[in-house]
Amino acid sequence: MGGAATAGAAIVVEGLGRRFGSFDAVREVSFGVGRGEIFGYLGANGAGKSTTIRILCGLLAPTAGRARVAGIDVRADPEGVKRRIGYMSQKFSLYPDLTVEENLDFFGGAYGLSGKALAQRIDALVAEVGLEAQRRVQTRSLPGGWQQRAALAGALLHDPEILFLDEPTAGVDPASRREFLALVRRRVRRGVTVFLTTHYMDEAEYCGRVGLMVDGRLATLGTPAELKARHVPGAFFAVRAGRRADLLAMLPGLDGVLAANPYGAGFRVRVDPARLSVEGLAARCRGVDAGAEIEPAGATLDDVFLQVVAGGRA
Amino acid sequence: MGEVVEPGVVLLAEGLEHSFGAVRALAGLSFRVAAGELYGLIGADGAGKTTALRILAGLMRPGRGTARIAGKDPADARSGVRELLGYMPQRYSLYGDLSVGENLRFFAELFCLDRRVFAERSERLLGITRLARFIDRPAEKLSGGMYKKLALACALLHRPEVLLLDEPTNGVDPVSRLDLWELLYGFVAEGMSVVVSTPYMDEAERCHRVGLLHGGRLLLEGAPERLVGGFEGVVLRVTGDLEKVERQLEGAGVIAVAPLGGSLRVVVGAEAAGPVEAELRGLGAEVERLRPNFEDLFLARAGGEGLPFDRAQGVRAEGAEEQRAQRGEG
Ligand SMILES: Nc1ncnc2c1ncn2[C@@H]1O[C@H](COP(=O)(O)OP(=O)(O)OP(=O)(O)O)[C@@H](O)[C@H]1O
Ligand SMILES: [Mg+2]
Repeated sequence: MGGAATAGAAIVVEGLGRRFGSFDAVREVSFGVGRGEIFGYLGANGAGKSTTIRILCGLLAPTAGRARVAGIDVRADPEGVKRRIGYMSQKFSLYPDLTVEENLDFFGGAYGLSGKALAQRIDALVAEVGLEAQRRVQTRSLPGGWQQRAALAGALLHDPEILFLDEPTAGVDPASRREFLALVRRRVRRGVTVFLTTHYMDEAEYCGRVGLMVDGRLATLGTPAELKARHVPGAFFAVRAGRRADLLAMLPGLDGVLAANPYGAGFRVRVDPARLSVEGLAARCRGVDAGAEIEPAGATLDDVFLQVVAGGRA
Repeated sequence: MGEVVEPGVVLLAEGLEHSFGAVRALAGLSFRVAAGELYGLIGADGAGKTTALRILAGLMRPGRGTARIAGKDPADARSGVRELLGYMPQRYSLYGDLSVGENLRFFAELFCLDRRVFAERSERLLGITRLARFIDRPAEKLSGGMYKKLALACALLHRPEVLLLDEPTNGVDPVSRLDLWELLYGFVAEGMSVVVSTPYMDEAERCHRVGLLHGGRLLLEGAPERLVGGFEGVVLRVTGDLEKVERQLEGAGVIAVAPLGGSLRVVVGAEAAGPVEAELRGLGAEVERLRPNFEDLFLARAGGEGLPFDRAQGVRAEGAEEQRAQRGEG
């Protein structure tokens, strides 16, 4: 927050806004990201995440406020910003008809790299993301997670100090997501700053701090632990249900239940421990579903998201 | 090939095989889905899910094997099967210059919905997708997830007997994902059969049954809780100096590591569990055993160390064919 917006900060955003016609996609957003931090930028569809990223990458001019990225004002010198950052877009990242190597060659050219220097960079990056054996394969025939690794290599070609990743793991299977995140974290250990959007809340747990956007505004900001304490206090239980619909009908009305949201085959239930004990919850659940099983569980960022974006639902 | 009609089975895949050049996308895939069943096709990227769904949607014929929807060949345009079938491909194109409302109306006309039915369904779908406020916005100006949700809303206007959804929730936010699943539960309660592929393991757990696809065939099949019940690995919650813990865990026998609140969730093979627990305690970490979930099972059985590349090629949904199908022009 304020503390990170110091001289050494990688990103400083003050009162940022972007209007399309009469619609405010981003309004009065302020935050700072420290060097070497993984900053998670979450929010519902249409909340303004990609719009913010495009502004910070020098691709879209803000209509209000200011942003400095790597010390450069995005409005004054967008080209300067582009040279210092790497960007993986939500929509486009690779030419599907080109091979991994051809894509990297092409992006390298765009960054003004060529010849031996570029060839060496490509060798090093292809090794870093584990695609040596796939260098000469058209990217369209790679599985999603591998394409994203190739795209990551593209974003790293000019050795940027800040990396903007807009939903880099959308549609990627759990094992490949972990591999991708491991690559990103390895870069962070070498001092790179990462600005990440994702709809996978487990990935947001890797972030030092998380900002949550609601309708263009930054609704809350903090470490994952701070956000949980702030927005979803209480005790969590995972309830496994046989009679799902019956439990869903009963739980929200139960005294002491603060929220009950479907998760996987059952629910996650948040209770006020002063009003409802585990035993009490278990007894009530078994009253409607003899097979219900209750297990203590910690708060997750999924819980925070549902609470802040949808008012807890239940 | 003899007709395979079995009471209660509305979708049948029998010995499906398919290769793209030298790459085998499907290698003997068989499964069947009953009326009112919600069936999940789960697998690593490139495991063959999209190829299977495209064959079942009648967009391509398998190299070998049989696909049947209500006893009919989905690739036979004259069989009348297209009326029974809905399909939403992974990559879906809408008319970018048409607004949200115009796109919905366009699809309603294709599906020949009468005005009252359209009004009712589109209102519900606009509510669930939270797009009602943006009804006049051109599709090309929507955010990535809003566009995906509009595509879903268009596909779900139609109430076919069998609905095939290829990764319908990629890019969709957690709130809308919950709402969409409630909608799917409503559909199957009314007797619709749904086959859905998804990279979200919490969604896999929500299916009545899942098939875990690996190398173009089923590795496991059954109710998710039953499959998880048979999982032999051990899941640990580890709390302590996480950097140290992670370094320690780089060794053998560890299947996966993920953050879990301020701790780590660690999946280990059964034999490695004892030694790993001892090592971690030796580091001063707190270790507690957790109940496995579907993601743990997936990571142990279908994920992890370098996917064999040959499963990958050619299985992506591409281009014009899909778009024609989704507009009902197939
Ligand atoms: N050129 C434009 N004209 C009008 N509205 C636009 C334009 N570009 C974006 N918007 C709107 O701005 C809002 C924010 O979009 P943005 O892409 O930033 O959302 P997001 O948070 O990235 O969502 P998602 O999770 O779906 O990717 C949306 O309502 C979108 O329709
Ligand atoms: Mg976006």
